[in-house]
Amino acid sequence: MAALEIFVNDRKVACESGATVLQACRAAGVNLPTLCHFKGLSEVGACRLCLVELEGSPRLAAACTLHVAPNQRIRTDTERLRRYRRMTVELLFSERNHVCSVCSANGDCELQELGYAVGMDHVRFPFLNPICNLDASKSEFAIDHNRCVLCTRCVRVCAEVEGAHNWDVQGRGFLSRIVSDLNQPWAESTTCTTCGKCIDVCPVGALWPKHKAQGQFEKRPEFVSELIAKRGRGRP
Amino acid sequence: MSKKRIATVWLGGCSGCHMSLLDIDERILEVAKLADIVKSPVVDVKECPEVDICLVEGAVYAREHLEELEHLRKSSRVLVALGDCAVNGNVPAMRNRVGLQAALERAYRAFETGDGAGPVPSVGVTALLERVTPLHAHVKVDYFLPGCPPSADLIHFVLVELLHDRVPDLASGAKLKYG
Repeated sequence: MAALEIFVNDRKVACESGATVLQACRAAGVNLPTLCHFKGLSEVGACRLCLVELEGSPRLAAACTLHVAPNQRIRTDTERLRRYRRMTVELLFSERNHVCSVCSANGDCELQELGYAVGMDHVRFPFLNPICNLDASKSEFAIDHNRCVLCTRCVRVCAEVEGAHNWDVQGRGFLSRIVSDLNQPWAESTTCTTCGKCIDVCPVGALWPKHKAQGQFEKRPEFVSELIAKRGRGRP
Repeated sequence: MSKKRIATVWLGGCSGCHMSLLDIDERILEVAKLADIVKSPVVDVKECPEVDICLVEGAVYAREHLEELEHLRKSSRVLVALGDCAVNGNVPAMRNRVGLQAALERAYRAFETGDGAGPVPSVGVTALLERVTPLHAHVKVDYFLPGCPPSADLIHFVLVELLHDRVPDLASGAKLKYG
């Protein structure tokens, strides 16, 4: 692919055409927070944490779905972006019932890490406390919608890597829920292969192995990225 | 420098944050040189006097919590939300998603080994609020110390900074911890 140059925070960065701004930034050592992005899976631009300012555009753009263009000028760390990122993380915490102290992923959670990264010492928005279910029908794993951030990594890894497409999203907006098959109990799924990839890519504690209690769950997301790379498919 | 006055108050929490406060161990002597603890679960004072620093553990889930918190705000120069319950509701707020009545039914009647007939206590116990909320839903909070519990080191750091009239830098990621 042809090489081109963009400017990230006034610094010239060389990248390949077809790359995303997120890839260009990371390759240049510029850190951008992400949640729905997962190395090797398709990009959906859902979490809005990698928002950047693009010169000449009044709107912010998600770096994961924005492709590089010659002489594009990107800003990644302005006061406005920092303000929006913190608000986004706070809204994620306020939208479901996140209780770190009783979560299997406590201490190994990307949402916690994001909170620390944006300096979130408390949530300024009222907690919505929606009624969410927990499906523990399956013998090995469970899904707790109270902790789900709707990043859809599980949906994508199941469809794109395992090829099973057990997971999908039902409903819209605030009422969206991850569903197994056609919203049936997970144990009754005719597509789930019990491979556990969704467990490894979940950034929070929404999907976890049932034998792991509070704070015990250590994830290995790199395993899935390695698997994709070794297959020679998927995106870098 | 005159000695400052500290209050530590236990609202809707498990006292774990106070245990963590005690875990500052011998460093409490250093704190005692700078301040007097004039109200605390270990000090027999009912109404909080005027204080410089007030550490508040626990969420607001009863009417008496609300009344006490409003009094604490008036009598404290600096009010600190101590721990996850005070900062975000944490475990006590888990009942919000089902509502107060359903939570009481589950606790006193519809539990696995119960006969379903047990009374829900209503006499001589504090009146519960419909929703459990963090402190800042009701009063202005000056500093937030998340953590379940916040570490003794963090509590010590904040106390010493405040006692020396410095602003504790809490927003940097290194000091934050949830759960």
